[in-house]
Amino acid sequence: MKAYQRKLDIRNGCVDLSHGSGGRAMAQLISGLFHEAFGNEWLARGNDQSAFDVGAGRMVMTTDGYVVSPLFFPGGNIGSLAVHGTVNDIAMAGAKPLYLSASFIIEEGFRFADLKTIAESMGEAARSAGVHIITGDTKVVERGKADGLFISTAGVGVVPDGFDLSAENARVGDRVLISGTLGDHGVAIMSKRQNLAFETEIVSDSAALNDLVAKMVVAGGRGIRLMRDPTRGGLAATLNEIALQSDVGFHLQEEAIPVKPGVAAACELLGLDPLHVANEGKLVAIVAPEVAGAVLAAMRGHPLGRDAADIGEAVADDHHFVQMATSFGGGRIVDWLSGEQLPRIC
Amino acid sequence: MKYADEYRDKEIALGLAKTIRAETHLERPYRFMEFCGGHTHAISRYGLEDMLPNNLRMIHGPGCPVCVLPAGRIDMAIRLAERSEIILCVYGDLMRVPGSQGASLLKAKARGADIRMVYSTIDAIRIAEENPEREVVFFAIGFETTTPPTAVMIRLAEKKRLSNFSVFCNHVLTPPAMQNILESPDIRSIGRVEIDGFVGPAHVSTIIGTAPYEFFAEEFGKPVVISGFEPLDMMQAILMLVRQVNENRHEVENQYSRAVTRDGNLRAKEEVSDIFELRDQFEWRGLGQVPYSGLKLKRAYAKYDAEVRFGMNELRVDDNPACECGAILRGVKKPVDCKLFGTVCTPETPMGSCMVSSEGACAAHWTYGRFRDHQQRRAS
Ligand code: SF4
Repeated sequence: MKAYQRKLDIRNGCVDLSHGSGGRAMAQLISGLFHEAFGNEWLARGNDQSAFDVGAGRMVMTTDGYVVSPLFFPGGNIGSLAVHGTVNDIAMAGAKPLYLSASFIIEEGFRFADLKTIAESMGEAARSAGVHIITGDTKVVERGKADGLFISTAGVGVVPDGFDLSAENARVGDRVLISGTLGDHGVAIMSKRQNLAFETEIVSDSAALNDLVAKMVVAGGRGIRLMRDPTRGGLAATLNEIALQSDVGFHLQEEAIPVKPGVAAACELLGLDPLHVANEGKLVAIVAPEVAGAVLAAMRGHPLGRDAADIGEAVADDHHFVQMATSFGGGRIVDWLSGEQLPRIC
Repeated sequence: MKYADEYRDKEIALGLAKTIRAETHLERPYRFMEFCGGHTHAISRYGLEDMLPNNLRMIHGPGCPVCVLPAGRIDMAIRLAERSEIILCVYGDLMRVPGSQGASLLKAKARGADIRMVYSTIDAIRIAEENPEREVVFFAIGFETTTPPTAVMIRLAEKKRLSNFSVFCNHVLTPPAMQNILESPDIRSIGRVEIDGFVGPAHVSTIIGTAPYEFFAEEFGKPVVISGFEPLDMMQAILMLVRQVNENRHEVENQYSRAVTRDGNLRAKEEVSDIFELRDQFEWRGLGQVPYSGLKLKRAYAKYDAEVRFGMNELRVDDNPACECGAILRGVKKPVDCKLFGTVCTPETPMGSCMVSSEGACAAHWTYGRFRDHQQRRAS
């Protein structure tokens, strides 16, 4: 694999169409940049696919595309996000994530240096989550046909026998737990959008939640009915989905829902609701009331669950409303977002 | 959520709610219209309705500049944006507003029109500078609050000698619309709701002051309290209205004295009257033609007026005949009284003005309050 004459000029070079052509340049890019960053025995074999052992239990598989803009944001970049997002989707099944694939669609002209940073943070994110990126793909498209870089990742993992978390499992009386403050990722991203740059200290919460989930599973066992990571659409969309699928409603206490003051202020400024804003390192767990205390304590004992809170309960409701007692003393619905969340003008 | 905000203190709120309950007389109704969509939004979002006595009803007025924009004006903007030389700059919340036959700026953009979402008037100027070979049009919209920034932008374009920049002006004025609610020919057909007082918009009054509302207080005998948008502001304003009603007073009071004066912002007012003049008529979605309620650019600024510059023709489109917006905006009906509410008309597929922006009466009720309809049905 060391037969390429010239090394990539990472500092000054950029991706051109030859890097997607299947020829030497592409091999150079893959080995010089991606293999370097992801480094593991499967990739080193250089096959178009990777074979791996499967332990006992049921397999879980998921896939996701990442098209975030800007590519670099406070607290992460598209690469770490692509690993965290897929790891989390697997972890939400109560599964142990094992292997990932990564596919890159790169716009002609994309700087090697940026690509390297992104690949390295993917490698780093994968290592610290205990997963391996074992296969991948690279395509280069003409300038103007992609917004810099798109990544899509797929992942597989294994759920222990007898464990079955699913969106239709919520029961009346179950508690709703969340692992921490809401809206950090969405606000961090928005603060860096062109036209919208505002001053904030908020960084994305992008993180792999599998370790937190493992601790929760020990504490709650089968008392955990289901878990979801409230990404796009925020907590509001997640709970509305679960309400429909489980044929229940939810009753939340606004006062109990943790939101950082900076996030609340930014949302206020933009006319957004933190309950609709995206998260990338938070989870919602619906758990049986008997285990709620133990699960919550386990969450709080983990660095990614320090601000975990019990925010409400599942109730009987034919209309599947997610209702909330406002911190002001009134009541309201927490609805899906209609369309994209757009800042309002007045 | 833990907002450490002095204007959202629960204890004070509960105290105010208790005072309001104690001071309202059980035997009489209190019907207050909040004109401004920002107030409607605050009422719904904080669930204030639950804290008010049953005989006190808040009527959601027409005060959202996005909602009241008629479909015809959206169609005009779409036609403009479809011209290849034009970049149309708009605020995000206009993108989904329906024009005729389900058209919208969002859909026009998807079909290839160059429509850019901007967050401030300055962005539009920047885009004009960056694209000297194109024509950049800013879709200006809003009440008295947003008019001064548009004026400033025209001044800036003048100073920078930008020759490819113009404004599609849709600025409207609040006092004529309030007057229209109280006395307009439509009232004969849809009926009149008794309104016992108005919660006046604070942001508008930071510009125009409280003086323009004195006319209402005197002419129509209606109390007006200018109120801020925080939930505590609203509760306090409501209490002030209750007191005026109880004491048979009809004055303009200013709850928002931390930012509003009687005369408003003189410089801003001057700037606006330098550049804009009244239109004889302007159509409001749900209210129809309202005399002297809209602004256009003065002739001296015609080159910045997209309507003149591109020979835009006024387009008129009728709203869905089943839509009850007119009656809802005047407080005669509630959203649930409309046959279309929640069936064909939802925030995803708005049919009428009240459902268009989150601040419209129907959208606010749908998004935050519709659980109450089921509670009421169950209770009765
Ligand atoms: S529900 Fe829709 S159609 Fe009916 S009044 Fe409201 S906005 Fe108009």
